[in-house]
Amino acid sequence: MLKNGKSLKWLAFLALSLFLSGCGNMTVLDPKGPVAESQAWLIWFSIGFMLLIVLVVFILLTVILVKYREREDHKGYQPEIEGSHKLEIIWTIIPVIIVIILSVPTIMTIFELEEAPAATAHKEPVVVHATSVNWKWIFSYPEVGIETVNYLNIPTDRPILFKLTSADSMAALWIPQLGGQKYNMAGMETQLYLQANEVGTYAGRNANYTGEGFSEQKFDVVALEQGDFDAWVEETQSDAPELTQEEYDKLMVPGSSSEMTFSSTHLDWVDHSTDAEYAINAWERMGYEPLNPHSRAGKAYEMPALTQSDSGEIEGFESQAANE
Amino acid sequence: MKWDEFIITGDPLILGAQISILISAIGAVFVLTYFKKWKWLWDEWITSVDHKKLGIMYILIAILMFFRGGIDALMMRTQLAAPNMTFLDSLHYNEIFTTHGTIMIIFMAMPFLIGLMNVVIPLQIGARDVAFPFLNNLSFWTFVIGMGLFNISFIIGGSPSAGWTSYMPLASNELNPGPGQNYYLLGLQISGIGTLATGINMMVTIFKMRAKGMKLMMMPMFTWTTLITSMIIVLAFPVLTIALAEMTFDRLFGTHFFNLTNGGMPMLWANLFWIWGHPEVYIVALPAFGIFSEIITTFSKKRLFGYNAMVYSIVAISVLSFLVWVHHFFTMGSGAVVNSFFSITTMAISIPTGVKIFNWLLTMHKGRITFSTPMLWSVAFIPNFVIGGVTGVMLAMAAADYQYHNTYFLVSHFHYVLIAATVFACFAGFIYWYPKMFGYKLNERIGKWFFWIFVAGFNICFFPQYFLGLDGMPRRIHIYGVEDGWFALNFISTVGAFIMGLAFIILVYNIYYSFRYSPRETTGDAWGGRTLEWATSSAIPPHYNFAKVPEVTAMDPYWDMKEKGIDPNKIDKYEKIHMPSNTAVPFVMGCFMFLAGFGLVFEWFWMGIVGAIGIFACMAYRSFDYNDGYYVSVEEIEETEKRAREAK
Repeated sequence: MLKNGKSLKWLAFLALSLFLSGCGNMTVLDPKGPVAESQAWLIWFSIGFMLLIVLVVFILLTVILVKYREREDHKGYQPEIEGSHKLEIIWTIIPVIIVIILSVPTIMTIFELEEAPAATAHKEPVVVHATSVNWKWIFSYPEVGIETVNYLNIPTDRPILFKLTSADSMAALWIPQLGGQKYNMAGMETQLYLQANEVGTYAGRNANYTGEGFSEQKFDVVALEQGDFDAWVEETQSDAPELTQEEYDKLMVPGSSSEMTFSSTHLDWVDHSTDAEYAINAWERMGYEPLNPHSRAGKAYEMPALTQSDSGEIEGFESQAANE
Repeated sequence: MKWDEFIITGDPLILGAQISILISAIGAVFVLTYFKKWKWLWDEWITSVDHKKLGIMYILIAILMFFRGGIDALMMRTQLAAPNMTFLDSLHYNEIFTTHGTIMIIFMAMPFLIGLMNVVIPLQIGARDVAFPFLNNLSFWTFVIGMGLFNISFIIGGSPSAGWTSYMPLASNELNPGPGQNYYLLGLQISGIGTLATGINMMVTIFKMRAKGMKLMMMPMFTWTTLITSMIIVLAFPVLTIALAEMTFDRLFGTHFFNLTNGGMPMLWANLFWIWGHPEVYIVALPAFGIFSEIITTFSKKRLFGYNAMVYSIVAISVLSFLVWVHHFFTMGSGAVVNSFFSITTMAISIPTGVKIFNWLLTMHKGRITFSTPMLWSVAFIPNFVIGGVTGVMLAMAAADYQYHNTYFLVSHFHYVLIAATVFACFAGFIYWYPKMFGYKLNERIGKWFFWIFVAGFNICFFPQYFLGLDGMPRRIHIYGVEDGWFALNFISTVGAFIMGLAFIILVYNIYYSFRYSPRETTGDAWGGRTLEWATSSAIPPHYNFAKVPEVTAMDPYWDMKEKGIDPNKIDKYEKIHMPSNTAVPFVMGCFMFLAGFGLVFEWFWMGIVGAIGIFACMAYRSFDYNDGYYVSVEEIEETEKRAREAK
C-alpha cells in the first residue's frame, strides 16, 4: 500500500473525514450552553497543539528508523555522540512555551467557570439544590418550593446555580451538553453554574461510581422557554402533592426511582450538606439494613424501585422484612 | 458468619473458576510428588535468597496475575460489547473492574518490574547480591501472601467492589457490607510491607554495593531509574500504609476517619490515596523508562544521548510526581486557585518527559538500529506513549477535565500510558533479559507475531475509547442503552481486547516453544550488551554473579571492555566469596501473615491474634539467628567457571 500513494491519500482522507464527522456529533463537542461551549473550545484548542506534537514525534521517529536501520550500505554511524546541549535546550524550551500557551486559557476558563456565564451574569440565576442519593437524583427549587426526582426542568438563557450535595456516596452531576461535572459529597456543598441556550432535552447522569445502581442513575434535563418554565412552576405549585418527611425517608433507602414531582422541598427539615448522617439514620427509621450481597439474604433482597402514586405517596418500599 | 457468606455460590463463572483452581492445585501437587521435586522446590526456590531466583519468581507470579487481570478485562469487555448485555450483573461487574485495576497495578505491574530489578540490578552494578538478602526473600513472600489473600476473595467471601481507588464513603461498612473490602485493605497492606522493604533494599544496594569505579553518574539508566523509584516507594508507601490502616480501623473497630457518621472525612481518603497513588504511577513508569533506555542503546549500538539530561529528567519527574495528586479530582470543587496550581504542575511533568522522548529519538539517530523483539517493543513505546502523554496534558487542563473526568477518555489515557510504558517495558525487559535468566532466547519469530498482534489489539481496544469518552460514556457503568449510541466503538474496543488476549496465548506458547527448541546461549552476552550484567562468566550467572567483580572505568563498562579487548572472565587467581545462607523464616512468617490477614478479613480476631503471635515469634527467632552466611571455596568457583567455559 505504501507504493500506491494515491490509495493511501484517499484512505487518509476517508479516515480524517470520518474522524471529523464523528467529532461533530460527540456529546461533549456538541455544546448547548456557554459553559460547555467554553470547554469545547478549550478541548479543540488543545487537540490542535497535541496533534502538532504527535505529528512531529511520529515523523522524526519514522525518518530515524528508516534512515538508521542496520543494512548493507549503512551511513553516518557515530556511536560516541554524548549529547547536544543546544538541542536539549531547544526541546526543553519549546515544551515550556507550549505549557505556558495552554496554561493561560486553562486558568482563565477555570476562573470563568466559577462564576455565572458573562453574557447572562446580569440575570438572577435559578438556584437548584441537586442531591444525589443511591441511586437517584433529587432536585429542589427553594425559591419556588418545588422538588423533583430524576428529572430537571430549567429555563433557557438563564444561569442555573447548582448547589450540589449527597446523602450518601460521592457522586458527580454531569450534563455533558451543558457543561462539565462536579462532585456531590455528603456533609459538603459544591457549586456549579450551567446554562442552556437552546430548548431541548439533554441527558444528565451521575458520572462518579457509586455502587450497584450506578449505571442507571440518570435523569433528563428539559430546557424550556422562560414562559413555559414559569407555567410549569405554577402548575406544579398548585397540582403536585406535598413532600412529607416520612415520604422523603423512603427515598433514602438505596434503590431506583421513577420521576416524581412535589410542591415542597426537603430543605425544610434537612440540608445534607450540613448533615451527613441523615440518610443512615433514615435507614433505621425505615427498617433497612445493608446486607452482604453474597449472603443468602443479600441475594434474595431486591432493591426497591420507587414510584409516585396519583395521590402523591411514594410506593415500592415497605420494610426489608416484608421483602424477604 | 454463616457458610452461605463464606464460599461464593450460585454463579457458573465462579464455579468454573473454583473447579479449575482445585484441579490445577491437585495437578501441581501430583507433578511435584511424582517427579520428587518437593525438596528441590524448597531448597532452590522457596528458601532461596538469590536475587536472580527471587526475581524470576516475582516475574512468574506477575505473569500469572497478568492472566487473571486480563481475564477480568475480557469479561468486562464482553459485557460492554453491545447495548443491554446481561453477561454480568452489576455486582459481578463492579467486583471485576475493582480486582482488574488493583491486580494490574499492585500485583502485576509492580512485581513484574521489581522482578526485573531483582534479576538485573545487582548484576548491572557488579554486586554479588542485594544489600539485605533475607529481607529480599521476606519482601517476596509478603507480596505473594498479599496477592494470595486478595485473589481468594472471589471464591471465599466475595471480592471488593468499591473500585481500585476505594473511595469513601462507598467503601465503608454502611455502603459496602461483607468481607470484600477487607480483602482489599489487608491484601494491599501485607504486600505493601514487601514493597517498602524492596524500596529500602534497592536503595541501599545501589548506594553501597556498586563495583569499584562506578560513580553515580556512570550508572546504567535502569539502575538510575530503580534508585529514584525506590526513593519514591520509600516516601509514598507509608502514606498508603497509614490510609489503609485507618480505613481498616473504620471497618473493623468502628473508628470514624473516613465515615459519614460522627464527623468522618471521606475526602481525606481520596487525598491520601492519591498522595500515594500518583507517585505510584511513576513507580511503575520510571523503571520502564530505564528498561527502554538500556534496550534502545543496545540495539542502536550507540551510547545514550544526553545521559545527564536523562538523569535530571527522572529526578524532576519524581519530585513533580508528589505535587500533582489533586488532578485526580479537579471536580471536587477545591477552588480556582488550587485547580490552577495543580493544572500547571501536572502539565509541567510533560517537560522532562518530553526531553526523555527526544533523547531516545536522538539515541537512535546515527545508530545502527536492529529490530530484535525487545527493540520492537521499545520503538513501539514511543508513539503509543506520546498519544497517552498528550492526552494526559489535555486532562491536566482542569477546565476541560470537568468534561473528561470519569469518562472513557480518562480510561483510554491511562491505559495508553500504563500499557505503552509499563507493559511494553515488562515485555521488552522480559525478552531482553530472558537469556540472562534462563540461558536461551525466546524465539524471535514467534516473538514478532506476539508483538504485532498485541500492539494492534491494544490500539484497536483503546483508541476508540477516547471517542467514547468525548461522546459522554462514563467509566465503570456496566450497561448502556441503544439510544446512547456507543455500540459501534464499544464493539471495536472489545474486538481489540480479545486480540490482546490472543497475543498473550502466543507469548505463553513462545515460552514453551523456546524451552523446547531454542539454541542454548554460550557467551553470556546474548545481544551485544553494554552493561555489566552481560559480562558474567556463564549463560545463567552462578549464584555469586561474578567470579571476580570487574573494575569500572567508563560508562557502559562492558562495551568499553569489548572495545579495549579486555575479557572480564580471564582471571588469574580466584578468591573465596562470601555469600548469604538460605532461610525458611520469611516463608513461615508469610504463612502467619496470611493467617492474621484472613482472620481480620472475617473479623475472627482470635485468628488474627494467633497470626500476630506467629509473626512476632518469627521476628524473635530471626533476632537470635547468628548465621551470617558462608564462603564459596576457590575449588568450587574454579569448577563452576570451568564448566561455564566448556559450554562455549
